[in-house]
Amino acid sequence: MKYSLTSLFAGLLFGFGLIVSGMANPEKVLGFLDLAGLWDPSLAFVMGGAILVGLVAFTFAKKRTLSLLGFDMKLPTNTRIDKRLVIGSLTFGIGWGIAGFCPGPGLVALGAGEIKAVVFVGSMIAGMLIYEMIERSRASSAN
Amino acid sequence: MIDIAWSQFTPGSALAGGVMIGLAAASFLLLNGRIAGISGILGGLLIPTKLDILWRVAFLAGIIGAPLLWMLAGDLPPIEINAGYPALVIAGLLVGIGTRYGSGCTSGHGVCGLSRLSLRSLVATLSFMAAGFATVFVARHLIGA
Repeated sequence: MKYSLTSLFAGLLFGFGLIVSGMANPEKVLGFLDLAGLWDPSLAFVMGGAILVGLVAFTFAKKRTLSLLGFDMKLPTNTRIDKRLVIGSLTFGIGWGIAGFCPGPGLVALGAGEIKAVVFVGSMIAGMLIYEMIERSRASSAN
Repeated sequence: MIDIAWSQFTPGSALAGGVMIGLAAASFLLLNGRIAGISGILGGLLIPTKLDILWRVAFLAGIIGAPLLWMLAGDLPPIEINAGYPALVIAGLLVGIGTRYGSGCTSGHGVCGLSRLSLRSLVATLSFMAAGFATVFVARHLIGA
C-alpha cells in the first residue's frame, strides 16, 4: 500500500514536471529536435535539471541495499551494449521524431483529454504488445 | 550554422520542470528503490506473469492525473499536436516496440540512466537522440521542403 502511494506521488510529480518543462508539448519537442530549422534548446535544460538532481540521488542510492522505506533496491544490472539496445533505441527515436511524443508526455496529453494522444498511446501499447508476442514466440521456438 | 529560436526559448521553466522530473525520479528511487522508467513501468503491465500491478498502475495514474489536477487550479500550457492520425499510429507503434526492445525511453535511459552514469544508457540516449534529430530533418527539410 505504502509502495503504491509513493508510486502515485512520484508519478504525479513526474507529470507536473513534464507539464512545467514544456516536454508535454510535442511541438516544443520537435522544435528541439529540429537542429536545421529555428532551434529551441529548452529541452536540453530539462534533461540538465533532471540529471543534476538525479546524479545526487543515484550517488546516494548506489551505496544502499534497502530504500529509505526498507524496500529492496532494484537497480538495473545489465551493462551489455548490443544490437537490441541500439536498434531498439533508434526505432524509438524515429517514432519520437515523427510525432514529438515519448511515453511520458503521451500519457500527460492523454490525461489532458487530447484525442490525438489517445491514438498515440493506444498505438504505443499495441507496439509493446507486438514486442511481447514476438519475444514469446521466439522463446517458445528456442525451447 | 544553428539558428536559435529565441522567442520560443524557455530555459527557466525548462530547468524548473527538469528539476521536478529529477525529484520525481529521485523520490521513486530513494523511497521505492526503483528506476522511474515510464516505458518499462507501462510495458511491465503487459507481461501476464508479472504480478506487481498495483504500484505500476499507481505511478501511471499519477502521470495521467497530473494534467487533471492542474486543470482544477488553472489552464494547462498548450499541448500542440500537429502530426496527423496515420503519423500518430506509426509513431506510437515505433515508440512502443523500440522502447521495449531497447529497454527504456527518455526517462529510464535519458534521465535515470545518465544520472547513474550507465554507459549502456548513454549509448541508448545518443541513439534515440540521433534518430530523433535525423527523423525531424528528413520530415521537415527533405520531405516537407
